[in-house]
Amino acid sequence: MKISREDVLRVAELAHLELSEAEIEKFRVQLDGILSYIDKLKQLDVSGVEPMAQVLEPNAGAERTLRDDIVRNCDIGGEILEQAPQAKAPYFRVPKVIER
Amino acid sequence: MSASKHWTVSSIRTALEAKTVSARELTADFLSRIEKRNPELNAFLTLSYERAYAQADRIDGIRARGEELPPLAGVPVAVKDVISTRGIRTTCASRILENYVPPYDATAVERLENAGAVILGKTNCDEFAMGSSNENSAFGPVRNPVALDRVPGGSSGGSAAAVAAQLAVGALGTDTGGSIRQPGSLCGVPAMMPTYGRVSRYGLVAFGSSLDRIGPFATTVSDIAAFMAVLSGRDENDSTSASVPVPNFFTDMQNPVDGLRIGIPAEYFREGMDAEVRQKVEDGIEVLKKLGCRTVNLSMPHTDYAIATYYIVANAEASSNLARFDGVRFGLRVDGKNNLRDMYKKTRGQGFGAEVKRRIMLGTYALSSGYYDAYYLRAQKVRSLITRDFTEAFEKVDAIVTPTSPSPAFRIGERVDDPLAMYLSDIYTVTGDLAGVPAISIPCGATSRGLPIGLQIFGPPFSEGRVLQLAEAFERESGNRN
Repeated sequence: MKISREDVLRVAELAHLELSEAEIEKFRVQLDGILSYIDKLKQLDVSGVEPMAQVLEPNAGAERTLRDDIVRNCDIGGEILEQAPQAKAPYFRVPKVIER
Repeated sequence: MSASKHWTVSSIRTALEAKTVSARELTADFLSRIEKRNPELNAFLTLSYERAYAQADRIDGIRARGEELPPLAGVPVAVKDVISTRGIRTTCASRILENYVPPYDATAVERLENAGAVILGKTNCDEFAMGSSNENSAFGPVRNPVALDRVPGGSSGGSAAAVAAQLAVGALGTDTGGSIRQPGSLCGVPAMMPTYGRVSRYGLVAFGSSLDRIGPFATTVSDIAAFMAVLSGRDENDSTSASVPVPNFFTDMQNPVDGLRIGIPAEYFREGMDAEVRQKVEDGIEVLKKLGCRTVNLSMPHTDYAIATYYIVANAEASSNLARFDGVRFGLRVDGKNNLRDMYKKTRGQGFGAEVKRRIMLGTYALSSGYYDAYYLRAQKVRSLITRDFTEAFEKVDAIVTPTSPSPAFRIGERVDDPLAMYLSDIYTVTGDLAGVPAISIPCGATSRGLPIGLQIFGPPFSEGRVLQLAEAFERESGNRN
C-alpha cells in the first residue's frame, strides 16, 4: 500500500478539497492503484536525461515569444465582476480572512 | 431542404454562390436538426441562436452586396464547452462553472467567425476535458450516434457526435491525451490534433498547458484542411503559439504520396488490441502501400511508459491550473464557516466531479514535498525519452501510422469504475501529446457490428500539410469518405 488515509487527507488539504468519508476511502484505493501503475517509470534509467517541461518551436526565444510590454485597455472589468459570486465594484468579496 | 443533406465547406460555398440556399436557411436547418436529435444524443449543452443568426445575416449581407465570401462563409460549427465564447455560457461540463459567461472569445473562436463560420452552440465533453468516454460530464453522457448504447469517446465526445450526426459541418475539440482523435475514431469522423503551438490556446480553459491543443472535427479531410487553414498561426495572446509560417494545406494535399516512407512502430501493434481494429488498420496500411508508400518497421521503445508519464505531467499541470476555481472570481461558491479556507474547500469539494478531484489529488501528490523528484521530475525526463523516440523515427520516415484507439466504442457504464482501464484507452494517442507532434485520426472501416475504427497518422512538428496529404489520399483510395 503506497497511499494511506493520512496521505489522502494531507493532499486534500493542500488541494483545498473537502472530501466525504466515502470519497476518502475510494480515492485512497484508486490513487494507490494508479500510483502502483506509475511506478513502472522507475524501471527506466533516466540519468543524464534533461527534463522536458515544454514543447518549444525551433529557435524559440524570449524575443520571439514575448510581446512588447505595452498597456492595452481591454475594458471588461465590469463584465468580469458580473461573473463573481459576490462583488462590490471594483472588488471581489470574500469571507473574512483576518480575525479582529 | 432535405433534413439529411450532407453539407461540406465547399458544397456550402457553391450553394451560397449559386443562391440555392442562404446562410440563414442553413443555420435554421442545422439548429432544427439539433433540436430533433439532441434530446437523444446530449451532444450540445448550449445553443447560441442569437449569435448564429446574427452571423448568418452578416454572411447573407456580404453575398447580397456581391462581395467575396470569406473561406468558411455560412459553415455551421460547434465549439467544445472548454473554449471561451463571449456572451455564451461556457461550463467546461462542470457544476463549478454551470453559469459562467466569458467576457471574451478564444482566438480560435474569433478566427472561425472572422472566416465566416456560424457558431451554433457549445458541445458536451468530459468535465474540464478529463476523460475518455464523456461519462465525466456533470450534465450527463453523450451517446454515440452510430450506436446509442455506446460512448462517443472523450473528452471531446459532444463535438465528435455532433459532426458524425451531421448536426454541424465542423467542430472544435481539444486534445491533451487523445481527446480529439479518440472520439473521432469512435464516432467515425476525421479529427486532427495540430502541432503544439500551431493553434492558439488563448481562451481555452487550461487543463495541461504544455499538452493542450485545439483542433477540428469534420466529415472530410478536405474540410479538416479548411478549418486548419483558418485556425493556424501565431497569436500574440498565447506566448506558446508558434511563429512558424502556415503553408497552404490545400497545395500540400495535392502532392502525390508515392514514395513517402511510412513508419510502423511495433509497440503500437502488440497484444491488448481488438482483433477487428488490428485487421482494419493493417488493411489501411495496405491501402497506403498500394498508393506507393513504402513501409518501414520501427521501434519506439518508450511507448509503454507514455500513460504513466502522461498521468503525472497532465495532472500536475491540472492541479495547478484548476486552483483558480475557488469561488472568488467566477462560478460556484459554497459558503462555509465564514472563513475563506473553508469556503474554498466546500466550493471545490462540491463543484468538481469525481474524476476531476481524483486528478487534482494525483497531481497535487506528485508535486508535493518529498514526492516531486520521484514522480514529477522523473516523468518530465521520461517525456524527453518519448519525444526522442519520435525525433529518431522521423529521421527514417516521413510519417508514422498506428491505430487511434485499441478498441471501438465501448458501452456506456462499462469502464466507469476502473479509472486505470479508462486511462489505457488513450495508449496510442498520449505519446503524440507528450511529444508535441501533429496527428490525425481518419475512419478506416468498421467492426462486424458496424462500430467505426480509426487509423492514426503522426507527422513531424509542423508537418500538418503532409499528414493531411496522406489522410486525403487514404480517404480517396479506401472509399471511407463520409
